[in-house]
Amino acid sequence: MAARDLPAADLLPLVSALNADYARAIDDDRLEAWPGFFAEPCVYKITSADNHRRGFEAGVVYADSQGMLSDRVAALRRANVYERQAYRHLVGLPAILGEVDGAVRAETPFLVVRIMRDGTMDLFATGRYLDLLVDHGGALRFRERIVVCDSSRFDTLLAIPL
Amino acid sequence: MTTPAAPRAWPVETLARVPYWVYQDEANYRAELRRIFEGPVWNYVCLESDVARAGDYRTTFVGEMPVIIVRGEDGALHAFENRCAHRGALIALDDAGTAKRFQCVYHAWTYDLEGNLVGVAFEKGSHGQGGMPASFCKAEHGPRKLRTASLCGLVFASLSPDTPPLEAYLGEEVRRRVARVLRKPVRVLGRFVQRLPNNWKLYVENVKDTYHASLLHTFFTTFRVTRLTQGGGVVVSPDGGHHASATLDRRDDSEGAAYREQGLRADQDGFGLADPSLLDTVDEFGDGIKLQILTVFPNFVLQQIGNCLAVRQVLPKGAGAMELAWTYFGFADDTPAMHRRRLKQANLVGPAGYVSMEDGCVGGFVQRGAAAAADELSVVNMGGEGAESQETRATEASVRGFWKAYRRHMGY
Repeated sequence: MAARDLPAADLLPLVSALNADYARAIDDDRLEAWPGFFAEPCVYKITSADNHRRGFEAGVVYADSQGMLSDRVAALRRANVYERQAYRHLVGLPAILGEVDGAVRAETPFLVVRIMRDGTMDLFATGRYLDLLVDHGGALRFRERIVVCDSSRFDTLLAIPL
Repeated sequence: MTTPAAPRAWPVETLARVPYWVYQDEANYRAELRRIFEGPVWNYVCLESDVARAGDYRTTFVGEMPVIIVRGEDGALHAFENRCAHRGALIALDDAGTAKRFQCVYHAWTYDLEGNLVGVAFEKGSHGQGGMPASFCKAEHGPRKLRTASLCGLVFASLSPDTPPLEAYLGEEVRRRVARVLRKPVRVLGRFVQRLPNNWKLYVENVKDTYHASLLHTFFTTFRVTRLTQGGGVVVSPDGGHHASATLDRRDDSEGAAYREQGLRADQDGFGLADPSLLDTVDEFGDGIKLQILTVFPNFVLQQIGNCLAVRQVLPKGAGAMELAWTYFGFADDTPAMHRRRLKQANLVGPAGYVSMEDGCVGGFVQRGAAAAADELSVVNMGGEGAESQETRATEASVRGFWKAYRRHMGY
């Protein structure tokens, strides 16, 4: 049975488990696993609530293939220079919002604390994930994950994905 | 308005040395706001398309002064301090909007679109009592007005009557390079603000510094988007304050040799993209210039990195902090393919930019590294001591140009 055919009550634990695995992969610095949470093709974008509301399409991060997601991880590991830091994601309960083009639509709030190498802990980002989820190889995966940050202001840099 | 005296003495004559206190000293910072941002310069404030129709406005800052930019009923652009003439409260509270007039929320004093005070609530009092004195003249009260000037869809503002006309201020060489990019109506694709933990000048220097680009930004060199061994050069305006650097699209497989010989981190051959569509660049300006970075003193950056176009506004926020306001744009007549290309290439810039990520940090590294070195001097000596245009990017000529302009404005 395809995910989209399941009632919302049955989807809730599946989407929640996917979100939990996703957050753990990032927070545990297993970024190489991150592209695997997406279908192919896919869309991943980080934007702000203001841009989203105004229909401005550019993101701080924009990827439309698993390859682009892998490239971001490779760049973070091998090319980009930034101070050691980690995230702690707190991901809320997803709201299951029905079906769009054969995908399950879900919206999930999140909060991310950033921990810098010197011990500084900051509330780095809050927002919501706007997701389209599909069956992909027998597992639930993101066809689209739009990360809508509540604020348009980013502190210093956004290296690790949200 | 009196101009405060420079708070300190500049330690050396040469443009090739800069004291670190200039990034730290609070009195110097206050003097900069008055002498530079509120002085005889053109500050970038918004795009013309942000204020396209009568009544459209945007709020922003000139230095730390809050300002309103608004399109008047007459179609002209007006700018005035976002400060009520009564008790000093902000007049407009939103980033942008459309208004017929502005009314302060505190006591409902009202301003027209040119910033003239046109209404004082209970000016005649109530039931014959109270009210303003008969001698109070609204025309004599109002927020400070700024001059505006626009060029190629960019709007600039100045508080000083002494600022030369915008085109003369920029000089022909820089003006031509603004027009090269902004040759037709733009379409905004997104806006973001990046908070940086450093003095504003460290960012401006970074943007002007053609020397660092291929050394710090290993993403570029790894994928051979730019190397110092590639063709290009830097144009510095005669007054030193503005610059434009260019990198030509000319590749040479032997170019990595210079990096390897010097053991530079920026050389990592054999690192390929899984999805190279990111770097699928079209020569849309038809002149082979792959990158152009342009600055206008003191607060403006125009960027063409491949097909990724953006303007950046530098907003000082105290001696040790600043904000960088990014506006990504394309053109109104972009094809769907070009639109998509620009969305992808936006990955190169901004707070998560493959190329600009390091720029957001490196100013903070200097701010922290030099914390105890107020009276020590930084070295800005690549390419000599002058601030003239050069046919290479292995130079710090445009950084010295910044200090030439800065010292003139500050009286150093």
